[in-house]
Amino acid sequence: MSTMLFDEPGPRARRRMRVATVLGALATVALAVLAVRQFAANGQLDAARWQPYATWPMWRYLLTGLGSTALAAVVSAALAMAFGLALGLGRLSPRRWARVPAAGYVEVVRTVPALLLVYVVLFALPRYGLDLPLFWKLVVPLSVSHAASFAEIFRAGILSVERGQSEAGLAVGLTPGRTMRLIVLPQAARRVLPSIVSQSVGLLKDTSLGFVVSYTELLYSSKVLANYNGLLIQTYIVVALVYLVVNMSLSKLARTLEARRRAVLRRRTTRA
Amino acid sequence: MSVILDHLPELWQGLVVTLQLTAASFLGAAVLGVVVTALRVSPVRVLRAIGTAYVETFQNLPLLVLLVLAVFGLPEIGIQADLLVTAIVVIAVYEAAYIGEALRSGVNAVSKGQGEAARAIGLTFTQSLRHVILPQALRTVVQPLGNIFIALTMNTALAGAVGVIDLTAAANRVNLVEAQPIPIFVGAGLAYALLAACAGFVTGRLEKKLVILR
Repeated sequence: MSTMLFDEPGPRARRRMRVATVLGALATVALAVLAVRQFAANGQLDAARWQPYATWPMWRYLLTGLGSTALAAVVSAALAMAFGLALGLGRLSPRRWARVPAAGYVEVVRTVPALLLVYVVLFALPRYGLDLPLFWKLVVPLSVSHAASFAEIFRAGILSVERGQSEAGLAVGLTPGRTMRLIVLPQAARRVLPSIVSQSVGLLKDTSLGFVVSYTELLYSSKVLANYNGLLIQTYIVVALVYLVVNMSLSKLARTLEARRRAVLRRRTTRA
Repeated sequence: MSVILDHLPELWQGLVVTLQLTAASFLGAAVLGVVVTALRVSPVRVLRAIGTAYVETFQNLPLLVLLVLAVFGLPEIGIQADLLVTAIVVIAVYEAAYIGEALRSGVNAVSKGQGEAARAIGLTFTQSLRHVILPQALRTVVQPLGNIFIALTMNTALAGAVGVIDLTAAANRVNLVEAQPIPIFVGAGLAYALLAACAGFVTGRLEKKLVILR
């Protein structure tokens, strides 16, 4: 926390801060009370409407959905990372035939909504004889769209490795390919790890497009569930909480990795 | 190509809705984002916690989940609102978290002396934020804000998944009638790319004009 914007408070400032504290807390409580009253007034707080979410079969169903979400996210992340690495290397290649298409791909895909890509896979490809299974109808567009983001992350990571490293690799007689593989990439990979984790959070969020594809990941499962038991708002709130817990843990991991990387860097600079 | 011309009114209407969604929700997100930033850098711990909780919550929830929750859930607790307005508000609330985060990094990039100088001449916290810190912070984050704008434009397509007839949904409908996916989807994709290119151009110009060299 930077203290650039305020000094150690004096008596008057401390009083003002206390007032602001009370006001902020009051506003939060008021908002919560308003929400609860709105829920209660429409009978959405009845115990019977929340009871089902304390039972194991319900959670087994939701966790199965979460499992499918995780599977889709992991497979698309793996594909998008592999493809993204190829694209990132392509953009940095000295050869035009690799550089131009890679740059074109990244720039174009970055500006097309993922949902549009889903529709293309859903409705356009089958007309040309390529009717993928449901799982791949979700995974393919996600991989295609996130590959562009991963490409940019990898490119930034490779560029951040000091030139001296690859010069040294070439000087000891490694080929450019081996220099990249043995010297530059391992260092770049360590640097981009936090960005990769936070990009994966974005990917996990995007698997909710299974809602459109009707692949039974978490959000689509909950839609089916809500249509079946009629507990619309309860189901979606529970599912939102599940997403929140999973993604917050991943984001926390990204922050921890970043903090650790910074600590290592600091130690190195102080020692040198 | 003729498919697009035949259905130009529908597609055009879709594009207009996409533009409305983009413009209105970006405006809302910008205002909310500034408020969230102010909360996050304030000297009061409770306000900081509220700002942090806001950013954490909305950055970690999928936009589609929020849209589904608002569009199908709000009527259940007796809140009836226009579909387009609901979508705009949800997208604004969601993107405000990203704008807040970008702005905060901008605030951190403003050099310490600026805040100290502002206090030294007797400005209060709000005054120094408004007249000294935020104007400089905004200038350093033009590029990130442009990227958020482009991401927001892409995200408006998700409103199509909950029933708003935006460009993506319009293209999908036309395709269901005509079954000529390639020209229709490529056309829609080009329209989005064009929007993003415009946004990129504007941010590029803005950045050149506003950037502060340190």
